[in-house]
Amino acid sequence: MFELTPADVQAIWLSTKVAIAATLLSLPAGYAVAYLLVFSRVRGKAFIDGLVNLPLVLPPVVVGYLLLLLLGERGWLGALLKSWDIRIIFTWKAAVLASMVVGFPLLVRSIRLGLEGIDEKLLQASRTLGAHWYDTLFTIILPLSGRSVLAGATLMFARSLGEFGATIVIAGNIPGVTQTIPLAIYDYTNTPGGDRMALSLCVVSIVLSFAVLLLNEGLLRRFSRRRES
Amino acid sequence: MLDISLRKRLGDFTLDTSFVTHADRVGIFGRSGSGKSTLVHMIAGLITPDAGRIELDGEVLYCSDRRICLPPERRRISVVFQHAHLFPHMCVRRNLLYGYKRTPKALRKIEPKDLIEVLDLGELLDRRADALSGGERQRVALGRAVLASPKLLLMDEPLSALDEALKYQIIPYLNAISERFSVPTLLISHSMNEMRLMTDEVIVLHKGEVSAQTSPDELARQRMGWTRAGYINLLKLSDPIEEDGLFAYRWNGTRLLTTPGRAEGALFELSSKDIMLFRGRPEAISARNLLRCQAVSTFELDGRIGVELACGSERLIAQVVTRAAEELNIVPGAEIYAVVKASAFRRLY
Repeated sequence: MFELTPADVQAIWLSTKVAIAATLLSLPAGYAVAYLLVFSRVRGKAFIDGLVNLPLVLPPVVVGYLLLLLLGERGWLGALLKSWDIRIIFTWKAAVLASMVVGFPLLVRSIRLGLEGIDEKLLQASRTLGAHWYDTLFTIILPLSGRSVLAGATLMFARSLGEFGATIVIAGNIPGVTQTIPLAIYDYTNTPGGDRMALSLCVVSIVLSFAVLLLNEGLLRRFSRRRES
Repeated sequence: MLDISLRKRLGDFTLDTSFVTHADRVGIFGRSGSGKSTLVHMIAGLITPDAGRIELDGEVLYCSDRRICLPPERRRISVVFQHAHLFPHMCVRRNLLYGYKRTPKALRKIEPKDLIEVLDLGELLDRRADALSGGERQRVALGRAVLASPKLLLMDEPLSALDEALKYQIIPYLNAISERFSVPTLLISHSMNEMRLMTDEVIVLHKGEVSAQTSPDELARQRMGWTRAGYINLLKLSDPIEEDGLFAYRWNGTRLLTTPGRAEGALFELSSKDIMLFRGRPEAISARNLLRCQAVSTFELDGRIGVELACGSERLIAQVVTRAAEELNIVPGAEIYAVVKASAFRRLY
């Protein structure tokens, strides 16, 4: 009853690859934005905050379409990339980009919560002991925000695994190239007699998501054990 | 040398302070809301003043006219906060060495080994910072600040989060630091006893302005006029003998009997109100301590007369009302007997 075609296996592999790439690529930027929002005194924080959170409230299809306008051959960024011979639209990189944009607010929110929980006096203590801001960042802020980074990365990874709307617009649904698990399931539900195959992929999806949750839980526990011992 | 003149507005509150001090152990005394904490933060570079100047040992740390404002990490001013604020993800050793490692080798004046010995931290080094008791934590915070070999050690109410008994256990450590390593200190506190035990000069802040710059003892005398507790005599007593449920401490060639006590040396407080004065030697009294003294001087505050007495090499301050002073005919050099009940002493540690 449970069977996977070679195309399904490819979809699973692609989904995993896209989710990992999107999460890893977003982490530094997500951390930087969260740091900026919490610790810096830049003007227009509310505007930056709104901009970052926009993909959370916009329909993913809208996000995808905007990205398409931006990166398409007639978009200004697309034209620029084309002059360097880089193509993103309708490749797996577009799927990564879609996941990054849609998952970014979740990542930033989570890290931001963690950073806001750090006692400002600890940072003041480190500064008065001779640490520059970047020294304080690497020796105090980063180690103390490990849990929130992990939580944010988990959310982002899970969101990327399920990304559909933006992906189908800018990456398309090309089996073996840009077809991730949700897109493959969508294909099966549109095919007569595809129910069983769709269900198999659903099971894979559940197992993958569950594994991510378990991994997250395990890592969190290791964190707290390390802090207790 | 610390030369400060600063102005800062925070909502309705305006801090406008200027003073110069050459003392090594300076206290900033004031009630909560007097601007003590704001001042400390500005000296350390954690809050930017609106205008003014900060000069420490000839180096200008802040000057609004010349647009100088050194960041905290370049001021070499360490801060001990009210709550220790140790780095929770590090062990005690890493906490202690945090500032030391960031101090250029040529500027390091204090070696970790010596400090660990003075602060009695040897046993704690491998413990996690969040697994320490309140007193231990504050000792580590103190050590961490001192190991950065600061030009000035700022202590912002370092003892107020500790309970009474613990407080007086930490004070000897604080004094040992400034004596042994000659680190200039600036202590912020609203406790008169802390001022008297740990500073040589006190700057009194009131509603954001300096209202007095004086010696801790002078401040304690002035306070006699406006508090019910009177002047607090601090007596360091040692070498006790237990007799009849009382402790007889050696003091100034005689013995003082106290009800509270312990088998070793201790610090006691005795209010000026608990000292009774007699002109001639009373024949028999119920109070257990009878001291022959000489009046040194008197001072008047708000209807009360403070009488400074010399007992051998020690000084005591008693207080009486004006009429009593007249009847006793207290003039400098007059022989006076001071009577103190054994229960009037309060042991601090």
